Parts: sequence; structure tokens; C-alpha cells
Amino acid sequence: MKNYYFNEDHELFRQGLKDFLNKEVVPNIEKWEEEQRIPKEIFKKFGDMGYLGLNYPEKYGGIDADFFYAVVFTEEISKVFSGGFMAAFAVQQFMSSPYLMKHGSDFIKEKYLTKAISGDAICSIAITEPNAGSDVANIRTTAVRDGDYYIVNGSKTFITSGVYGDVLITVVKTNPNEGFNGISLLVIDRNAEGVSATKLKKLGWHASDTAELSFDNVKVPVENLLGEENHGFFYLMDGLQLERLVGAIGGYAGSEAALDYSLQYMSEREAFGRPINKFQVLRHRVAQMASEIESIKYFVYHCCRLHAEGEYVVKECSMAKLLGTELSDKVMYQCLQFFGGYGYMEEYKMARMFRDSRIGTIGGGTSEIMREIIAKMVIDDKSYQKSTQTPIINTKATNGSANGSMNNKTNNQKTTTMSYESTFNTMKEKAESAQPLGSVLKLNFGENRIVIDGTNGANNVTGDDIDANCTVDVSLDDFTSMLNGDLNPMGAFMSGKMKVKGDTGVALKLQTLFS
Amino acid sequence: MNTNYFTSEHQLFRKSLRDFLDREIVPHIDEWEEKGEIPVSAFNKLGQMGYYGLGFEEKFGGMQTDIFYTIILVEELNKCNSAGTAASLLSHPTLALEHLSKNGSDFLKTKYLEPGIAGEIIGCLAISEPQAGSDVSNIQTKAEEKESYYLINGAKTFITNGVKSDFYVAAVRTGDKGYDGISMMVIDRKSEGVQTNRLKKLGWHASETAEIAFDNVKVPKENLIGEINKGFYYIMEKFELERLILSTGALASAEYALTYGLQYMSEREAFNRPLNKFQELRHRVAQLSAELECLKAFNYQICQALQQKEDVTKECAMTKLLCTEFMDKLSYQVLQFFGGYGYMEEYKAARIFRDSRIGTIGGGTSEIMREIIAKSIIG
Ligand SMILES: Cc1cc2nc3c(=O)[nH]c(=O)nc-3n(C[C@H](O)[C@H](O)[C@H](O)COP(=O)(O)OP(=O)(O)OC[C@H]3O[C@@H](n4cnc5c(N)ncnc54)[C@H](O)[C@@H]3O)c2cc1C
Ligand SMILES: Cc1cc2nc3c(=O)[nH]c(=O)nc-3n(C[C@H](O)[C@H](O)[C@H](O)COP(=O)(O)OP(=O)(O)OC[C@H]3O[C@@H](n4cnc5c(N)ncnc54)[C@H](O)[C@@H]3O)c2cc1C
Repeated sequence: MKNYYFNEDHELFRQGLKDFLNKEVVPNIEKWEEEQRIPKEIFKKFGDMGYLGLNYPEKYGGIDADFFYAVVFTEEISKVFSGGFMAAFAVQQFMSSPYLMKHGSDFIKEKYLTKAISGDAICSIAITEPNAGSDVANIRTTAVRDGDYYIVNGSKTFITSGVYGDVLITVVKTNPNEGFNGISLLVIDRNAEGVSATKLKKLGWHASDTAELSFDNVKVPVENLLGEENHGFFYLMDGLQLERLVGAIGGYAGSEAALDYSLQYMSEREAFGRPINKFQVLRHRVAQMASEIESIKYFVYHCCRLHAEGEYVVKECSMAKLLGTELSDKVMYQCLQFFGGYGYMEEYKMARMFRDSRIGTIGGGTSEIMREIIAKMVIDDKSYQKSTQTPIINTKATNGSANGSMNNKTNNQKTTTMSYESTFNTMKEKAESAQPLGSVLKLNFGENRIVIDGTNGANNVTGDDIDANCTVDVSLDDFTSMLNGDLNPMGAFMSGKMKVKGDTGVALKLQTLFS
Repeated sequence: MNTNYFTSEHQLFRKSLRDFLDREIVPHIDEWEEKGEIPVSAFNKLGQMGYYGLGFEEKFGGMQTDIFYTIILVEELNKCNSAGTAASLLSHPTLALEHLSKNGSDFLKTKYLEPGIAGEIIGCLAISEPQAGSDVSNIQTKAEEKESYYLINGAKTFITNGVKSDFYVAAVRTGDKGYDGISMMVIDRKSEGVQTNRLKKLGWHASETAEIAFDNVKVPKENLIGEINKGFYYIMEKFELERLILSTGALASAEYALTYGLQYMSEREAFNRPLNKFQELRHRVAQLSAELECLKAFNYQICQALQQKEDVTKECAMTKLLCTEFMDKLSYQVLQFFGGYGYMEEYKAARIFRDSRIGTIGGGTSEIMREIIAKSIIG
């Protein structure tokens, strides 16, 4: 069945991302799992590619693409066989930094958001405390105003990226006499004086560091307050919708990866003289799981569309989170069974998939809490309103084709446009020293063009209008911005500034010409 | 549920259909359940209203509507609290007429499809046999070619509307063993040598289910549907829509049942509070609602894909499997919400429960769905 949610541009983006993950992430997973830490440089690499600011305005270095790019991103990071890796990047872009965007002042955006997007700062969201998990309104960490500072005291636990991270979006009580009406969000530097962290040992998610944090008279400048004082609880409820969608995507996408991985194994492993994929009970289990994965996936897409259209879909997001994460537990359990004893060994990936999945129904609101929310809405007709805050994070609907440029430099001082001749010469120089493309790529500027013919063992650059495997329509202006490094090619493509026709794989190689 | 699938025209259609059903069908349901069948006049009325023409050629009295009108018809009929009534009233257009419209000659369309759309005559689809249900390729009812007719001998069973139908769209063996020896033909029920018998069953009481015997029945040659020995493929082709209709019906019944259960839970008290205040029951409702919403989204998506003529064999098997199994689970749990009353005919939970149980069997069992899906995924 055709997928109605993604267009060609999304798929091209997916391909580029997959290539990137296969190069930068997959070969290192084992090591990161072992060391229980993801190196900082990898965040930077993601930032450089524009992957950490998919739905953020260009002004802060974002890409300003539609929400389904975020869906693609989440799907793919869920398929690298490390829930811990996925967690760190999901928290970075979808669970912590959105609060900076939605509720942060210009000062906060400049200071923190731009770094979250560029990958220079690793962000955490610190809600949970030793004595308050599901019951968020009951948190005890206090922030007491003292002149230009808040003095923060208390502790947090289970905080993803809290050990090696840089920025803690911390949920505090600014009015301890109130429940959810006394909660605020503060941006706290992880290395501020008085903040200390202990790394927790855990069942799975080994690549992700999980911290217990203690705050001992930590001085936080008042300008680090997000939004208004005592409004924090509502900001959280708002932000949790995205978090839940991301959890749901992780659930079905991880399940898909596990099932594919199992199918491969089942076609190779033999028992009683036949491949095990010939045994009817196993086949039927595959059929059942595939059906459930497919149905939940389409439901989540449906919810994502509503979310992207700006609807506040609390019920649907809670349903999606509940179903997606419970599905994953079931699928991992059964897939491990397909591997027999090997499923229990670290040599194969099922053991990790199984233990990594188990957190899904707990983090980001437990399954029981999801059912509480759904029950209130279905049985008691309760409805939830969006907190009235502007600006809202960019959740443009898909296919609306993003507008604006994809500049991922914050201080966007556009270099003056080069002439066609000098562009041509620069490209010629770059192409001739790069790996041959193996095919013909045409850059069409309307009036004139640059054609790179890489079929004869070298990249031959001309201005002749010959047939090409792939044609890229782009304005000379935008193209020179790319050459100057002011415009990210991937971003230009996602925003529709660059239109690709023909073999899109060839266009992907354009990136190599710029580096 | 907020969907992109229904326009305001669809909504208008739904509303007028609902009015019609509430007026003409719902008041008689209990009586029909009791009697074990639906009167022919009910079919006549649906035909007169044009509901049997959805999606069929205008030339024969139909309306070239999109699939979502058919889906609305299926949904609303399944919200009358008698899945048997829905099955009986729907099998005429969605099984019998569909085959005629897709593969029948103009002669057959004029003779059977046109009056069928008008609701003047009733048809049914007769495939299953005492010795061949899941394994359609194994049907035995024989059609011997004579000079000017086919001579039919054999038996069919579990045929919905088999006693009252005017004609059967029947699968018969015209060739060798296996897939390639099966043809579809129209057999008049009043032909000499046709005998029918109504079967007693667990649920679907308003729907009459028959076994049929053919003893040297003569069928004119022009009653052959499409090409000879292509019957198996025609049946497989039609399974996509048939399964989508079954999954849609299951979901509509589920929604109806859950709403009904919620109403009861808000009224009934235990330990001094309404049932709907007990967390355990609330969470069951939450879980069922989540699964229901999820399956609806999936099912509609497949309807749209079928409308756009995509190959959705696998997806239709998936949704049929999931939705009918879900309905069994839901009907079991909804009955539980009612306690002892759930077991009594005074409330609707008992009927909902027994009617649901056929879902995972008719139109291809759950096991057969999993076979299809496994084949398409694993090979
Ligand atoms: C690996 C990991 C990473 C995490 N990362 C973060 C992070 O980055 N930031 C952060 O703030 N938090 C994080 N968390 C914390 C997570 O959000 C909490 O664990 C979760 O919200 C549950 O809270 P709790 O553990 O205190 O469980 P509790 O609230 O104590 O719940 C215990 C059990 O009681 C059930 N329960 C609670 N209330 C009800 C009720 N009303 N009805 C029925 N059952 C109920 C729960 O469902 C659960 O089964 C992380 C947790 C883990 C394990
Ligand atoms: C109320 C009702 C109305 C019906 N209406 C019609 C109608 O209008 N027209 C019509 O033609 N038919 C109709 N049917 C028949 C229905 O389609 C068949 O009952 C169904 O296809 C199953 O066939 P069977 O009953 O012969 O079961 P069998 O094929 O005998 O199957 C028995 C069991 O074996 C399992 N099984 C079979 N093959 C396999 C396999 N390869 N692997 C694993 N398990 C397998 C089945 O799943 C099932 O659990 C109706 C049935 C009922 C109950």
C-alpha cells in the first residue's frame, strides 16, 4: 500500500539520513553501549547536518521543515538497534529543546536553543524526582527568588543525558504551597555550581546516561525562567504530546526493525531439515505482529497529521503512546523467541532490543497514566486546552512545502551572490578534485547551467545542455549560498529551494562535492 | 474521529440513511431475531431508497459513488444492534451483486443486477460446501456442460440468505481439480432440483443461513459469469472488498457496543458509586477505545487505497484479522461490564457477544488471514 504521508522529498531525506546513520552511528553502537556514553562529537555531527533543528526556524539555525521530516528522523533513529542512542537524540530535539523554542525569551533562544540545534549543547528535561514520577504536580525541588537569581534546592532522578549533558530544563516549585499551579521551568547549566550527578545503573538503554541529580543552593539567573512563573505544569502537558508521539513512533519503528531482523534470521536458520520460517506457528506469529505493527503505524501517522495541523490531540497522542510502546514489548518478546538460545546472547541484537524496549511503557508517562488520561476523556468527557503561548513550534502540515531558506548559520549575513562564471569555476575546481559521481548531474539555474559528467572516471564539468541522470533546479543565488556554506544542501532540498528530478541518489552525492 | 475521508455530502448521506434505518429497520429487529429471518420487504425498501445501487453502473440503476458511501452503509447497518440483520441485508449487494457487476455479461446484468439494485429480487453468494470452506480450490459441486445448458449436482452450505434468495451466484466445478477448474454462474433458486434447508446457529439470528442441494439442476449457458474456469480468480479478487466490509462492520459494531456499555456504566451503581468510577473498568474502556481508534484509522486508510485501485490484498487480510478479533475481545469485555444483566436478553450485550463470534470465521478465518499475510511477507 502506498504511503500517503511521505512525498519524494521525505524519502530522499530518509535515504540521506540512513546513509549518515550507517556511516556515523551504526558502526559505533556496540562501543557506546559498552562505554555507556555517546560522545559529544556525534551530537555536533548531527547538528552540522541540520538534523537537530528539523522543525525550528532558520533564525536559530533550524531547517523549518514540515513535521513529517521529524517523523522520518524518529523512525530512522529507532532502527539502529540501540534504544539508548534513540533516547538521547529524541530527548535532545523533541523532549527538551522544544520548551526553549516555545517558551524561551530571545535571550534563552540565542544562548541555548541555537546550541541545541547546532549540537554544541546536549539537553535534558528534568521532571522526575525520587518521590514524584507519575504524579508530576507533587514535585519538591524548590526555586526561591533572591534578587536576580533563583536559588534551587532538591533532587531529580532518571534524567536522560543528565550525567554528560550541558543544559537541564528543570521543573521546579516556585510556589510550594500550590500543586500544579506552583510549577515553573528553569534552564540550568549542568555544570553550574551546586549541581551534581550520579550515573544510574539500569536494565537497558545502556548507551544513554541516566542521572540522579542533586541541586544544592544552585544560583540560576532569573532570565533563565521559561515563560511565566507558575505556568510550568501547563507547558509540560503541552510538550508531552510531542514526546508521546515520538514514543509511539519509536515503538512501531523499533518493532519493524526487530521483525525485519528476525525474518532475515528465520530464513537462514534451519531446524528439522527446513528453514524455521516454514513452520506455520512461527509464520502466523509473524503475520499477527506485522498486522499489528502496520495498523499502529498508520494510526500514529494519522495522529501525527493532526498534530502537524496544529490540533491539540491529547487523547490520540496518549492512545498512540500506549499502543506503540506496548506493541514493542510484545514484538521484542516474540522476536527474541524466534532466535532461540541465540536470542539470549549478545552476539545477536535481540537481547538488547528486548531490554531496551522495556522502558517504553514507563518513560514519558506510564501505560497506566495513558489509560487514566484516555478514560477521563472518553468516560468523563474531559477536554484539554492548549496553553495559550506563542510562538508555537513549527508544525506545518506536510506537503505544504516549507518556505524560507534553510540557512543553518545563525548570523545569516549573506555573502554577495557570485556570478555564473565564478560559480562555474568554483564548481569545476571542487568537482574535479572530488570522487567521480559515476553519473551525470545537471544543475539548472534557469538561464544557464553546470553539468557534471562523472561517467568517465573523472568529473568533467561543462555548461552544455546534455542529458543527465539527475537534474537539480535551483536559483543561482541559493546555489552560491550553498557553495559558501551559508545554506545546507539538505535543508535547501527540504525547503523546496532545490528541486530534484530523475535519479535522486545522484543528488545525494552533491553533498560530497561541498565538503 | 477527525478524518479526511468523509465530505459533507457523505455526512448528509449518513444522516438520511440513519433516519431511514431508525424508522424502517430498528423497530423490527427484535421480531426478526426471534423469527430467524428478515422479510423480503426490508430488502425491497433498501432497494427503493437506492441503497443497493452504491458503486454500481448507472445504466443498471446504480450510482457511481466512491467506496466511502458503501462504508457508511456498512457502518450504519451495523449500528442497529443486530449483526445478523446487517449481514443479511448487506450480503445481497456486497457479495452477489458485486460479482455480477464486475464480471457479468450485459444479459446477466439486465436480468439480475438491475432488479437486484432495485431490491426487487435478492441474490446470495454460494461458495462454501460441506467439504470445502477455507480451501475454496477444493469445491466439488459439479457443472457438466450439455448442449444448451449446464447440469449441476452437489451441495453448498452456510449460505447467507440461501432460502429466500431468488438467485445464487455460485461457484461450481467446470474443469479439473484445483484452482483452474472453477467457474461462477447464476442459478435460479426456483429451478427444478434445488432444495434448501435453514440451519440453526449460535448467533446472527436475524440472518437466515442455508444449506442447499443441487440435484440435476439445469442452468442456461448464458448464466456463466465471465469466463469459464476463471471463477477462483474472481472470488479472490472480490475478497479485498468483502474483507474490508467485514472489518468495517466489526469496527462499527464495536463502537456501538462500547457506547452502549458506557451508557450502562454511567447509570448502574455498585458500592455507592457509578460503575464508571472504578479504575479497573475505566482502564479497560481506555484500552478498548485506543485500539478501536487505531483500527479505524488503519481501516479507513485501506479503504482509500482500494478506492485508488492499489493492490491491498495483504492489508485487507490484516484489517479483517485485527478488527474481527478485536470485536470478539470487546464484546466479551462489554458483556462483563453488565454483570448478570449481560447474560440476559433484556440487554443487548448478549446478542452483541454471540453475533461477534462469527467474525473470525466467515469471509476467511483468522488462520487463513495469517496464511495470506505470512505468504506475502515471508514468501
Ligand atoms: C531510563 C529512563 C529514562 C528516563 N528519562 C527521564 C528524563 O529524561 N526526564 C524525566 O523527567 N524523567 C525521566 N524518566 C522518568 C519517567 O518519566 C518516570 O519513571 C515515569 O514517569 C514513572 O514515574 P515513577 O518511575 O516515579 O513511577 P511511579 O509514579 O512511582 O509509578 C509506579 C507504578 O504505579 C503506577 N501508577 C502511578 N499512578 C497511578 C494511578 N493513578 N493509577 C494506576 N497506576 C498508577 C505506574 O503506572 C507504575 O506502574 C526516565 C525513566 C527511565 C526509567
Ligand atoms: C453464519 C455464516 C454465514 C456464512 N455465509 C456464507 C455465504 O454467504 N457464502 C459462503 O460461500 N460461505 C458462507 N459462510 C462460510 C464461511 O466462509 C466458512 O465457514 C469459512 O470460510 C470457513 O470454512 P469452514 O467452515 O469449512 O472451516 P474449515 O475450512 O473446515 O476450517 C476449520 C478450522 O481449520 C482451520 N484451518 C483451515 N485451513 C487451515 C490452514 N491451512 N492452516 C491453519 N488452520 C487452518 C480454520 O481456520 C478453522 O479454524 C458462512 C459461514 C457462517 C458461519
